[in-house]
Amino acid sequence: MPGNAPSKTAPAKMAISTTINGQSYDFLCDPRQSLLEVLRDTLHLTGAKEGCNNGNCGACTVLIDGEPVNSCLVLAVEVAGKDLTTIEGIADKGVLHPLQQCFLEGAALQCGICTPGFIVAAKALLDKKPNPTEEEIRFSLAGNLCRCTGYDKIVRAVQAAAERIQSVQPSGGTPQRKQAQQPQAQQQQSQQQQ
Amino acid sequence: MQSFTYHAPTSISEALQLFAKCEGTIALLAGGTDILVQLRENHRQADHVIDVKHIPELHRLGCDPTQGLVLGAAVTCSQVLHSDATQDYSALRDSAQIIGGWQIQTRASIGGNLCNSSPAADSVPSLIALGAEVDYATLEGRQTIPVREFCTGPGTNILNRRGLLIGMHLPPVGARSGSAYERFIPRYEMDIAVACAASYVELDNDGTISAVRIALGAVGPKAIGCPEAANLLVGKAADDELIQKVADQAATMASPINDMRGTIEFREHLASVLVKRTLQTALRRAAGEVIVSHPH
Repeated sequence: MPGNAPSKTAPAKMAISTTINGQSYDFLCDPRQSLLEVLRDTLHLTGAKEGCNNGNCGACTVLIDGEPVNSCLVLAVEVAGKDLTTIEGIADKGVLHPLQQCFLEGAALQCGICTPGFIVAAKALLDKKPNPTEEEIRFSLAGNLCRCTGYDKIVRAVQAAAERIQSVQPSGGTPQRKQAQQPQAQQQQSQQQQ
Repeated sequence: MQSFTYHAPTSISEALQLFAKCEGTIALLAGGTDILVQLRENHRQADHVIDVKHIPELHRLGCDPTQGLVLGAAVTCSQVLHSDATQDYSALRDSAQIIGGWQIQTRASIGGNLCNSSPAADSVPSLIALGAEVDYATLEGRQTIPVREFCTGPGTNILNRRGLLIGMHLPPVGARSGSAYERFIPRYEMDIAVACAASYVELDNDGTISAVRIALGAVGPKAIGCPEAANLLVGKAADDELIQKVADQAATMASPINDMRGTIEFREHLASVLVKRTLQTALRRAAGEVIVSHPH
């Protein structure tokens, strides 16, 4: 605009294409925007939470190419061409993942803010180590902070989920979820999202 | 966070051209676990952020018996922990596995830890103890220097924001050798070192110590090598009394400050204790014992 030009031009928005939970996404973002900001504010995937916004709490954990990261410490422009998994992609067509089911059954949450981060990090662990020791679970989840439940119930829930996944997945096949649990699971998921 | 222009060069020469071309302040981005926090909290300014992760040479990770370990500047802590190339460099693995949690280790690079140049950086004492050399490039050309000369003070280093760290080169370890890194923090995990130390020992066939390197961290403006203390062990067989003497000698190199995490007296004491412990662990590893401090 003549006479109204800023002294320094703001950097142009960048067009980024990425895959999130198996779906292709194209979005525009400022270079300074974090992946967490774009997930929540642009793409309206609000499952990843902003806790500390400096890499301490793990509430914003998502997977990039299967590896857990704090999405507050990733620039959105860095995920071009990557394969992302967020908490929204953990359940399978409305059927809760065994981790989600075991967190609910084991009451491994109170306020729930840290829960998406814990579940995403635990998913990454169980994908790599289907039968982790308690020590491995505790170290793998050391980057996730919970300030109300305490960690024991969370660790027990991950152990229970590992057992459940192994019991329905005997030789590396695809997990078979129990169909009978579906209506209850959907209801619980919608409660969890609220 | 302040606005900036994002660049993702795919070669070292392209990155160096950006140094010449970009007006204003520049920040280099590898894993971003320090720099993005510093930019967000206005501890650093950047008109341009140059993401170095698209430069293939910065991802080199390999080891051979004559060259030793090549560690590209953008290699992450997770890669260090899971690569066979690093298996003889225990102190480096010890460091990589206590830098943050899994989410941080996925992103944070050893090169970034070095460039951030915190006095308490977990990887720097290990790099010094393992005899690392640093390769970097500026517009004037490429250079190699010992890692102990890289950092110049808290948050500062010889690159002076005008150079690009390419990677580190760690010499081959001895046939009978071991190394270890340890830090003290007031809780079990996830904290910044109050004091830290790394040691490397190499044994002759008869068990005599033939080479030693010791380094301290978080007890001065930058990590400190302790060659005089290390030399007390060369040509000797280690015993508890001698290790204590070496540890006490190494601790005299410390020049710590008082702050919220520890007093001068406490840090001086810790320096001695941590040197003793890392020497003991390094000697046990040299004798073939497998000691893993954390599961991964």
